[in-house]
Amino acid sequence: MVETILEMRDITKTFPGVVALNHVNLSVKAGEIHAIVGENGAGKSTLMKVLSGVYPHDSYTGEIVFNGQVQAFGDIADSEHLGIIIIHQELALVPQLSIAENIFLGNEQSNNGVIDWAATHAKTKQLLKKVGLKESPSTLITDIGVGKQQLVEIAKALSKEVKLLILDEPTASLNETDSDALLELLLELQREGITSILISHKLNEISKVADSITVIRDGAAIETMDCSDGPIPEDRVIQRMVGREMSDRYPRRTPNIGETVFEVKNWQVYHPVHPDRLLIKGIDLNVRKGEIVGIAGLMGAGRTELAMSVFGKAYGKHISGEVRLHGEAVDVGTVRKAIRHGIAYVTEDRKALGLILHDDIKRNISLPNLGRVSKSSVIDEGQEFSVAKDFREKLKIRCSSVRQQVMNLSGGNQQKVVLSKWLFSQPEVLILDEPTRGVDVGAKYEIYTIISQLASEGKCVLMISSEMPELLGMCDRIYVMNEGSMVGEFSAAEASQENIMGAIVRAGSH
Amino acid sequence: MSNETAVLPPVAEKKKYTGFLRKNIREYAMFLSLIVIMVFFQIKTDGTLMMPLNLTNLILQNSYIVIMALAMLLVIVAGHIDLSVGSVAGFIGALAAVLMVQHNVPVVVATVICLVAGAIIGAAQGYFVAYTKIPSFIVTLAGMLVFKGLTLALLDGQSIGPFPEIFQKLSSGFIPDVFNHETLRLTSLLIGFIVALVLFSMSVRQRLAHTRQEMEEEPAAFFWLKNVLFAGIMVYFSFKLSEYKGLPNVLIIMSLLIVLYNFVTNRTTVGRRIYALGGNEKATRLSGINTSRLTFYTFINMGVLAALAGLVFAARLNTATPKAGLGFELDVIAACFIGGASASGGVGKVMGAVIGAFIMGVMNNGMSILGIGIDYQQVIKGLVLLAAVWVDVYYKNK
Repeated sequence: MVETILEMRDITKTFPGVVALNHVNLSVKAGEIHAIVGENGAGKSTLMKVLSGVYPHDSYTGEIVFNGQVQAFGDIADSEHLGIIIIHQELALVPQLSIAENIFLGNEQSNNGVIDWAATHAKTKQLLKKVGLKESPSTLITDIGVGKQQLVEIAKALSKEVKLLILDEPTASLNETDSDALLELLLELQREGITSILISHKLNEISKVADSITVIRDGAAIETMDCSDGPIPEDRVIQRMVGREMSDRYPRRTPNIGETVFEVKNWQVYHPVHPDRLLIKGIDLNVRKGEIVGIAGLMGAGRTELAMSVFGKAYGKHISGEVRLHGEAVDVGTVRKAIRHGIAYVTEDRKALGLILHDDIKRNISLPNLGRVSKSSVIDEGQEFSVAKDFREKLKIRCSSVRQQVMNLSGGNQQKVVLSKWLFSQPEVLILDEPTRGVDVGAKYEIYTIISQLASEGKCVLMISSEMPELLGMCDRIYVMNEGSMVGEFSAAEASQENIMGAIVRAGSH
Repeated sequence: MSNETAVLPPVAEKKKYTGFLRKNIREYAMFLSLIVIMVFFQIKTDGTLMMPLNLTNLILQNSYIVIMALAMLLVIVAGHIDLSVGSVAGFIGALAAVLMVQHNVPVVVATVICLVAGAIIGAAQGYFVAYTKIPSFIVTLAGMLVFKGLTLALLDGQSIGPFPEIFQKLSSGFIPDVFNHETLRLTSLLIGFIVALVLFSMSVRQRLAHTRQEMEEEPAAFFWLKNVLFAGIMVYFSFKLSEYKGLPNVLIIMSLLIVLYNFVTNRTTVGRRIYALGGNEKATRLSGINTSRLTFYTFINMGVLAALAGLVFAARLNTATPKAGLGFELDVIAACFIGGASASGGVGKVMGAVIGAFIMGVMNNGMSILGIGIDYQQVIKGLVLLAAVWVDVYYKNK
């Protein structure tokens, strides 16, 4: 009889307007490797944040039983004290400190506040040996690669006498060799009696190490599958990940598709900081007049990087390839030029990249096109005001006045301001990056309606989204992107959640 | 979603007043505190503050700070800082002296050379800030040391003067009086009166236009009170100044610059883009605006106005000294922050910076008349700066 180390019972966590976790139950056996899978935004990370105390015990309902006792974690320190250690996708290491300093950060080996460097280094060496990292304890984090940094994180966890190790997409940014080494280490730790929870998208990796798999979808735990009787077929997992009925959540539209207007050919982009990393690996795509084309893919697939590099080379280095409009190659070397050629990009991160938060609605809308509301560089405030009022009516922006600061608007209304801003520049090609992220259900429908209208006005719409139902509901054609390459293309008729997810998973497997 | 804010119920007239006041309290508060401070010192100094001679001095003493504050405001709004302006002003004063006094270069030519030199200095610093992305704090700290040193080198440690008489007029000259009245410079009074009238009618016209487009927010009572008060003060000051020698030339230059910069920041595309740049640089760049070039320009502008201020200061002292400009940058930056500019960029008004400069100026002047030592003057000024920004932060968090 294997004992249960962790039980999460009936966990419900809500954010304003959204139910992130809906009566989730999760039970993890001592000594197993338990995989959690699900789409972006399904609630995996939220669940782990509840478990590790990032969200304190009075911010959710339900109970956490660890080692047979009900726990109420007030913060991360409480859960770490019991040996529950989470390693986040974005590593929490200080780049300018050494490996040893990072491992014992906050837990320094010291006598009366004076650090015992000998003990620190000796213990670090032991830990590094355990995780199989051949580096000196005094090497700076910034000088080692991401794969080795992962190992340092694990060593840090081991230094705290970990009982339950949670890894959030640990292999997302690793190459194959590093990934294999990491999985091997997990199995090694398992033999020493450490329980792990592994969050991952890569089903092939999961099937290598996992003892059981829990599928989470739309904030609910759908099923826990036991792998002890042999591997679970990938198709079955995928089907459980995406399987949900499609209701009438999208406006009806009769597509009226014309000739090809927008083309990207053999597009290549390198990482802006690590110029030897090829991020976009020679992509071709096209959008026809009046067409809504989707780009599906997981986070980190390179979709935003693709869009931003096309939009005036706003991302990346050593960009090569061609952008064509109506068959002619055009220069999109700067954002200004891209806008002039009729390309607009609605960012996925409206607060950081889309809006001047403390400015009002009208100023945000006119910003990229001040020329259209001014005469010889003098702004006609009356015209600016009436332009903003028009958009407020057309897009149903809910606000007290167009002079309201955008920081006081809801996510959906902020998104409408960003849309207005780009519609005001009268683009021919509109690239929408996660247009409904952080937007409540009602406003989502309104945004879908706007997008449909734009397409029927003959604009080309390229829509990046991590929500597959949204792509299936809106698009005439869907590209699938993974790790910087196009790995699939489906017409609206062919596309389904299963074959999109299948294209991604299969691409990641070889 | 806040449907309830979509329609403003008519009964909420009072709420409209308080709502507007809360949103704009900073601007009214600034203006009122300047008046309160002036009244306070007027009483405390038994009327010395507002004596025509003292008022004239007050303006002459603060003109170069105000001139630099105009450009500094743009730099701060763009999200940067310039610590070098005092040294640059001193350096340009020295350059002017060397050219005019030692090499007999004609005044106009020398003035143009000095302004161009200011632009080049601004461009050099702006290049490092905008294109190599070195923090402006560091670039201009370096500039501060460099130009302090160059001033010393240029003057060889000596003071150089006096300047040609025509150059002195820049700071010590007054508008000539055509009426030759004995006790009152009627021309100056008339100019003051006309300008007040023009500004007043311009505000009224703008308000009418805004009301037509239903975009006016300021309640009528506030509008009239503010504008009548403002026009009244202008006429009163011109009257006071006319009792002495009339309007100083430098006041005219300063006023024209204030009007120009107020217009640029409020009404032009360039001004708008600088605010956007300071508010969110990435979003501004993604809106197709060349943010690096814009930053570069704000520093060139700063260089030119620092040069102008340096000339005004040299003309006022009638000599270029190695110590000229020392610590000016602190007064200039303080004026902007007292005037409501935000250290993180994107927020600040020209009129705020001007009022901020005069709050500092009136306090300097008033405390000197009262005989408060330079030691405690600094303490009090420091506390006023802290208090002003504290009030800002307090209202922001509320």
